[in-house]
Order: sequence, then structure tokens, then C-alpha cells
Amino acid sequence: MKVGVVTFPGSCDDRDARAAVAAMGGDPVALWHGDGDLRGVDAVVLPGGFSYGDYLRCGAIARFSPVMGAVAGFARDGGPVLGICNGFQVLCEAGLLPGALLRNAGLRFVCREVEVVVESTDTAWTGACTAGESLAIPVKHGEGRYVCDDPAALAAAGQVVFRYASGHNPNGSMADIAGVRNPAGNVVGLMPHPEHAVDPLLGPVGGRGLFESVLAARV
Amino acid sequence: MSSTAATLHRQLGLTDEEFERILAVLGREPSRAELAMFSLMWSEHCSYKSSKVHLRRLPSQGARVLQGPGENAGVVDLGDGLAAVFKIESHNHPSFVEPFQGAATGVGGIIRDILAMGARPAASLNSLRFGDPAEPLQRRLVEGVVAGIGHYGNCVGVATVGGEVVFDPCYAGNPLVNALTIGFMPADRRLSGSAERPGDLAVLMGAKTGRDGIGGASVLASASFEEGDEAKRPNVQVGDPFQEKLLIEACLELAERGLLRGLQDLGAAGISCAVAEVAARAGMGMEVDLDAVPLREPSMEAWEVLVSESQERMLALVDPARLADVLEVCQRWGILASVLGEMTAGGSVRVRFRGEVVAEVPAASLADDGPVYDRPLVPPGPPAADAAEVPLDGDPAEAVLALAADPTCASKRWVWEQYDRFVGHGTVAGPGCDAAVLRVPGSERAVALATDGNGRYAALDPAAGAALAVAEAARNVACTGAQPIAVTNCLNFASPERPEVMGAFAAAVDGMAAACRALGLPVTGGNVSFYNESSGRPIHPTPIVGVLGLLEDATAAVPAGFPRPGLDVWLLGETRVELGGSVWQRLATGRLEGHPPALDLPAEARLHALLADLAARRLLAGAHDLSDGGLALALVEATLTAGVGATVTLPDVLADGLPAGRATLAALVGESASRVLLATPPEAAETLAAAAAGAGVPITRLGATGGDRLIVPGVLDLPLSRLRDAYEGALPRALGELA
Repeated sequence: MKVGVVTFPGSCDDRDARAAVAAMGGDPVALWHGDGDLRGVDAVVLPGGFSYGDYLRCGAIARFSPVMGAVAGFARDGGPVLGICNGFQVLCEAGLLPGALLRNAGLRFVCREVEVVVESTDTAWTGACTAGESLAIPVKHGEGRYVCDDPAALAAAGQVVFRYASGHNPNGSMADIAGVRNPAGNVVGLMPHPEHAVDPLLGPVGGRGLFESVLAARV
Repeated sequence: MSSTAATLHRQLGLTDEEFERILAVLGREPSRAELAMFSLMWSEHCSYKSSKVHLRRLPSQGARVLQGPGENAGVVDLGDGLAAVFKIESHNHPSFVEPFQGAATGVGGIIRDILAMGARPAASLNSLRFGDPAEPLQRRLVEGVVAGIGHYGNCVGVATVGGEVVFDPCYAGNPLVNALTIGFMPADRRLSGSAERPGDLAVLMGAKTGRDGIGGASVLASASFEEGDEAKRPNVQVGDPFQEKLLIEACLELAERGLLRGLQDLGAAGISCAVAEVAARAGMGMEVDLDAVPLREPSMEAWEVLVSESQERMLALVDPARLADVLEVCQRWGILASVLGEMTAGGSVRVRFRGEVVAEVPAASLADDGPVYDRPLVPPGPPAADAAEVPLDGDPAEAVLALAADPTCASKRWVWEQYDRFVGHGTVAGPGCDAAVLRVPGSERAVALATDGNGRYAALDPAAGAALAVAEAARNVACTGAQPIAVTNCLNFASPERPEVMGAFAAAVDGMAAACRALGLPVTGGNVSFYNESSGRPIHPTPIVGVLGLLEDATAAVPAGFPRPGLDVWLLGETRVELGGSVWQRLATGRLEGHPPALDLPAEARLHALLADLAARRLLAGAHDLSDGGLALALVEATLTAGVGATVTLPDVLADGLPAGRATLAALVGESASRVLLATPPEAAETLAAAAAGAGVPITRLGATGGDRLIVPGVLDLPLSRLRDAYEGALPRALGELA
């Protein structure tokens, strides 16, 4: 299964995401921000980093890149898309996911291992997880405070995919929301970094379930 | 060429004698541009004119050394065709003048040094020194420096995985910011900051050139601070990590595709330094066209363009036949690139600007033939007799808590949680461990890296302090199971124009050289930072040492501390009454006196060999080095690592006639060198004891892990929650963020 990983100028975790896909048995494909062509991939990851420097609002420029036009079309057609950290910010800016990500409540960049609880398994990226399961995955961001108009309505619609476990909310996100999905469930975004949590040599492996889910869907 | 006002050279930091020497080199008056180039290239920061004669005494050869001092960074053979590139550098003065940008550009600069050798920068460590963190000015410095390091490293995608932070009043007017970066590459991809033949083109890549950082190396880095030096803020460079990220990716693509003849970073002294060093290394000259330099401000004069320290620029040396390919790569990554010059036969650098020749100087005169000073020095006297007056009769539990809550000893989580330690999928062990452990991309191997340096020891005895820094950094690396293989150093001292400072410097170099020889560690590069004093108050001599170690199998890396209950706790090494320069001496008396701990180098080497052997045989469940705060702090850290308690007895203290009451605290807070805590499965006991005996390393079984308290029967019994509150809360409390 071919999983495309987009490289924007300023992406930092694109190599990590490709390595994670490969480690989990997928076939990583590098996608370039300036190309409008997704090279026939079966799923797309928008990785962490600082796209175009993020000197404006995070992800605000990346949403206009040629590749995002193709990603939007791919998502409309039901293709699995995962936005991690900066990728989550890009998806929110592009209107493919609800809500926005603001400056951390503590006003500082936070790099920390946290526990997130799986709320929704009805997505392309959590189908192999168990509802209520707790995953150990690191966060690292300065602007990860999730806000939306009505978190309760979002949860009622099943669109809250991950919440930080009690006491683990690192950024003041509303209702401890760590990740959300679109109504169809093929597009998921989260602030924690599953690509940094697949190899036991490097720490906890709470990220494996996300890659297992998408890879299992089309094998 | 225009004639120069006779006193301009002094404003630029050149002495009258140095100016005479320039006249002799050129056989005429220098132009404004030439004078600016010489003033930067002959500055202390760029030329090492006061340290050169001493640095030659450091060992730099070894079977694994692919590149020693003299290039942008040292290169070490890791086997299997892979190489590590690493170096440490200071950015002390810029960080005091403008903490955020000063520290950020320090990180950016050392990353470009690693990149210039052809390697992908993988991870950084930082060695930081500040005054009392509870003072408002120091708090501003700590916050700015840490945020600057995090901002730059996080944005360029280079993990920040370790280092140390020490607080001492001697750094209040002159903080230290030393940044170390390591990168990896195939050994055969190693580049040089040089060209191959006349006709090779020098392509300037990256950011536009502006008026920032003019005179950074001469006016800022090579002079002491006085009151009112905030006016030097314009001498500090401003960083753009996004630009650097693009530059890294473009340069690596050029290197991977074999499109480069050489690569050089632009740092101190900007274009002047890059051009002079490339030409001098190649034994050639260069025709330089300054009109090709993209400028931020069109009104810049030639001398400003030549010495600007604008960040995020590299100089690529390119075969003219590959120029189009090189420019295409730069365009795709969205960075500017223009042909700055062409290599020529002969050794002359000729610079044209707006139709005029503005400089024409022999490259070697700038890069290699600067002044070399064997400055007058006063050797340090013998340390005063040891301080017998350090109180050793207090409550041991209170002593342990006091050490845990001292900002220098306490957890630096507040600092390293602001750094991305994960990017690059290689961090096996990160901050908070004895040493960082990084998987080597494309292999089963790992490297371990640690920085250390104790200014209090070096203040008492510079030679011993430098040797202890080498031993401790190497011991930290050895605790992971790695074999220490190479050293980079950053020698932070006050003004070399003071004979007592020069004497301390020379002694520190000798102590470092002796320790490196005894431990088989070549010094592959580094940095000297002089003039670390403010309004006449010098810092402690602070030699910082970065040690690189190699683990053949990354999965054999030994975790830090006590990972689980049910393990035996052992102490390797001997414990003596050694309190000179210790944290306990500072806490209990406020003084700094006596001898630093004795160091038996052959014993230290035996300890490292034993640790590597035990790790390779997978006998170690955990290990932790003893250093600042002695056994007490080591036990606190080891138990808090995984929240696993321990019940231990204290080791015998080797001292005649020490009253029993005083032996307890001496064992807890003394800082005897060459000691390591181990945690091992009980069934390994006999093998372990036999291995230690065979290696000639003293070993004592102290107790066992388990529970949620640190217990020394009859001496102290502390819940881990209390230790954690002291240890984790100290720095946030000192910074006023926690009540």
C-alpha cells in the first residue's frame, strides 16, 4: 500500500513519517508541495514541521500550495488523509477539519510524552484501535491548543477521535481534544506525533495503531 | 584604492603592531575593505592568535579520525562506511547582548559547520552557564537563551537531546552558551571547505546579505564586556531557521548527487572568512564579484558586504559544467544562489565591487598568516590546603533534599521540554540521561554524546578541572555502554591579556591533553572563547568537553538509573572525603576552596572498559554516573528516573580517623571521581563481581531497588514524592513559576 508523505518547505517530520510507514510495512512515497499530482498513492500524511516557516498563522500558507488542491480532491473522494501537528493545522486552515489550533496556554513550546485516549474508531486511521484505549505518543508544539465552536456537538457527532488522558493536556485544548475527524471519517488530524511512536528502541509505541489501521484497510 | 584614517584600525579591534604587519604584508596602506577583512580575520575569535601555541599540545590523531582540527568540523569513522561529524562552539557574548537571537544563531552556526562537511545535522546538545536564576536579569537570560535554542533547533528539524545547565554567580555578567551538533553521513561523502582546480566556481547560497552582525567576531566576541554594552546589540545576528532548513535540504541534495567540489559555511567574518579559508585551503586565489551578492540594503558598502555576518548562507564550490544543475536545485528549494567568484591560480583574493577593485590580498595572509601570540602567563599556584571546615554533621535527609533542590543539581525538565528531542527518529536516550544515545542512520549502531565541565573545579586547579571534565564526559558516555572515541572542546576563559588567565588556559590545555591521552581520546576540533568577563569580573575558567562514544549495537544501550524493582544496586569505584569545589561545599559554606577530587586516569580508563564489557554482555539493567552532588544526587536521580525506590547502605569512606558521624555525610555528598551506580539482576551478581575484580575496578554492593522510598537504614528514609517535589520543582521555583 502506497502512503504519500507531503514535503512542504519547512516540513521537519516528513522523513520520520516515511520511516514509520516503512517500519509498519507500508510503501512510503515522497510528495512535493509544488506538485498537483499525488502519484497514485492510497493514503496521504501531512507531516509535522513549520511549513513555509509558519511566520504567518501556522498552516495558513501551506493550504494554498498546489499539492493541497490535490489533497482536497483526494479527501472529497474518500481517500484517507492524516494531518500530524503542522499537518493538522494545515487541514484546519484548509477547511478539511473543523476548529483551529492556537498558541499553547502556557505560551511555550512543549515536548512531552503524553497519553491519549481513543474516542472514535470509526475512521480510516483508528479502525484497528479499541475505543477507550490509551496510547502513549509524544507531543511537541507551540501552537496546539484546539478550539472549536461547540466541542460537545463535535463529540456528539463522533468527530472527536483522541482526547488527552486526564492530567495530560499539554496546551489547554478545549475538552482535552487531541485529534478530530471529518464527518466521513477519512480525514483525521491530531497534535501528537504517532510517527515518533512506532519503534520500541526509541520509546513508547502508541502510534503503531494509526498506521496499522490505514494499512489494514486496503491490504 | 582609498587611503585609510590612521586610527580606524583601533576602532576595528586591531593593535598598532597588527596594523604595521598589514602594511608589511601588502606593501602599502590597506583599503577600507581590506582593513575590515584583516580586522575580522585576525580577531581572536577567527584567528586563535592567543591559543594556537597551546592548542598544538592537544592530541588530535587516532585510528578513527578522518578529519581533525582545521576544517569546519571534525569527522570520526564509525565503521561500515559511516562517519559522524561533530563540533562544539560558543556564542557567549551575543547571547548576553540579545539572549534569544544570540542563542538561536549559535545553534544555526554550528549546524552549518556540520553541514559543510557533507553530513545531515542530526542532533544538538547545549552547555549553558548563568548566574542565580532567581535574579530578574538571569531569569530573562535563561528564558531567552532556552527559547532561542528551542526555536531554532525545533524549526530546522534538528533534535536537541542533551547538555547541561549550571548556575553560578561568576556567570552573572557573562553567561556561557556552547552549542554542540552532530551529523551523520557515508564516510566517502566527506566534503572539504576547499576547491579542486582553478576555474571552479564559488556559488553563494541562501539568505540575502544585510547589515546585521557586522563586527560580531571582532568587536563583540574578542573584547570584554563593559557597562553600557547594550549598544552592541546591532553586532548580533538575526536568525531565520526556515531559511536554514531550506539551505540544509538543498546542500544535502547537492552533496548526495555529487554536484559539489567543496562546501563552506559563512559564519564569523562572513564572505571574507569563507573566501579566504577556501582559497587558502586550496592553495589558490579567487576573483570575487561582490555585485553578485544579493543585498537586503542596496546602500551597503563593499567592506560591509565583505564582513556582514548575516546568517543562513553557504558557499558551494562547483565544477562550471555542473553549475546549471546546482542552480536548479537551489531554485527548487526556493533559495537564492549566485556565482560569487572563480578560483584562480596563484594565491590572491581580488574583490571587485561596482566596477572597482576594492581589495586584493594574499588569501594565506588572511587565513593562516595572522599574528600568533605566546602571551605572558603566570602558572596557577598550588590549590590552598583542603578545606576541613565543611560541615559534615547535619541531618543526612536534609542534605539530600538540599542537594536535590539546588538549581544546578535539580532537574532541567523546564529547559528540555522546550526542545524537540524526537525529530529524526534516532533518539534512543534523550535529555535527563547521563548521555544522549542516537541511532546511526542506516546501521545497527548508535553513538552516545555528553558534555561536561565544572568551572568550580577548574577555578581551584585548571589542569585538574579540565582533566575531570574529560573524565566525566567520557564516564557519562561509558555509562550507556558505549566506548568513548573522540572529543570536541570549547574553552571558555576570561581575557588572554591577563597573565593569570593565560596561565590557567595553558594549564587547562595540559590537563585536558593528559586526560585525552590516557583515555585514548583524540580532540577533533572545537572552539576557544576568550574575553568572558564583564566589568573586570572574570568567569571561572570553564573548559567544556563533548565526548563521542560508539555502541556497536544500539539495542545494547544501557538505560539511565533504576528501571525496575528487584535489581541489585552496586557502586563502582572508591569513595574518599573529597569536598573541595563540591556542591555541598557551596551549599554548606558558600565558599570555593581546597582541592578538586583526585583523578586516577588509569583507573578511569579501567572503569570505562569494564562498563563497555558489562553492557556488551547485557548484564546491566541500568547505570548512572556520580558527579555533582555525589552519591546523594546520583541516588535521587536514579530512583526518580522510573519512580523505583531503593534501600541501600553507604560505601566505606577511605579516610583515617574520620568520626562515624561525619563519615555518613562524607559518603553522601563527597564528589570522588571515577564512580558509577549500577542496577543489575540478582543472578548476575557473581559474574559482575568477577568481571570487576578482573578489570581492577573496586565494587561494592549497596542494596536493592524496590518500593517508593529512598532508604538508607538508620540514616534516612524519604518518600520519592518528596524527592520529586524537590528535584523537579527547584528550577521552576527559582524562576518564579512555581510557589
